[in-house]
Amino acid sequence: MPTKTDILDLYFMDSRAKLLDIASYLDRLDRHEGEIDFRHEGFLNALQTMLETKENRTAAVLNTLSDHSETPIERATIQVAYGAPGASK
Amino acid sequence: MHYIEPHAHMVSRTTADYQQLAMAGCAALCEPAFWAGYDRASAQGFYDYYRQLTEYEPARAAKFGIPHYCWLCINPKESEDAGFAREVLEIIPEFIDKPNVLGIGEIGLNKNTKNELAIFEEHVDMAKKYDLPILIHTPHLEDKLKGTKLIIDALKNAQVDPGSVVIDHVEEHTAGIVLDAGFWAGMTLYPESKCTAARAIDMLENFGMENIWMNSACDWGISDPLAVIKCALEMRKRQHTFKAVQKVIFDNPARFLKQCKNFKMPETP
Ligand SMILES: [Zn+2]
Repeated sequence: MPTKTDILDLYFMDSRAKLLDIASYLDRLDRHEGEIDFRHEGFLNALQTMLETKENRTAAVLNTLSDHSETPIERATIQVAYGAPGASK
Repeated sequence: MHYIEPHAHMVSRTTADYQQLAMAGCAALCEPAFWAGYDRASAQGFYDYYRQLTEYEPARAAKFGIPHYCWLCINPKESEDAGFAREVLEIIPEFIDKPNVLGIGEIGLNKNTKNELAIFEEHVDMAKKYDLPILIHTPHLEDKLKGTKLIIDALKNAQVDPGSVVIDHVEEHTAGIVLDAGFWAGMTLYPESKCTAARAIDMLENFGMENIWMNSACDWGISDPLAVIKCALEMRKRQHTFKAVQKVIFDNPARFLKQCKNFKMPETP
């Protein structure tokens, strides 16, 4: 199995680039006119979850970004999904 | 290396993609019936689609030496109108005995509605009636967790053998639920909305490499028909043995698909 150094060698630069993209995205969103919506709240919650969770971070982030209701809804008003819960709020 | 692509929507791809797949070592390819990127206007539209899946695509794939198989259903995105969906369901038996049909799929849920669930259950009844395996589509993004749980509950209620069902598009928050219930799991290597090669390999390392496969689900969206073989390369970078790679990209899908009456073990080098 690969060592921690092997994993760093394989994924550090890629993850660093993705991290910078997230930082730029947050600044970009701030800089522009208009209102944020439920997606941004979900994103910030997910970031917080990632930092606070100590293992299985991906599942924790996905759970934060999931609809946790349990019964089927009456009917579909949209066909798409947005990536964060709360579209109907 | 040779591999099986268990989930690709070739009706939306070019012939050049078949060429690429053949050169990448694709030994067999399976195409579930799904949404075409737009809603069909009539049940007749599905009749034509099933002809495409059972006649035209196998012929196109054969030109590159790739055996083409398909799964039949009406997808959940077009199942919200239950009356329409039932009209389409009536067409399916006419195609079930075509030589490249594997089973019923990809059925499932999209927005987790009552009608989607009712049509899902009617497909499951059809699979049981004709003794066919099932391929399942789990919803996208925020709807996946809830949809996966509803699907598993419905399958348990219908007393379907979980070994004959593959639940596709699992991610880190649903893979355990699926595998623990005895179902097969599919991981979809699809940019943005599903999972990357790196994450798929994490899941293999965390959940084991038994009843699990990987697919590209390449379709009309931004997707990659070569995603599976690229993930195989990533597995090698992560120091997995050739044997482990072969198990995930060939042996596992072959082991599941052998349950399908029409599936023949593909010729390999
Ligand atoms: Zn699909």
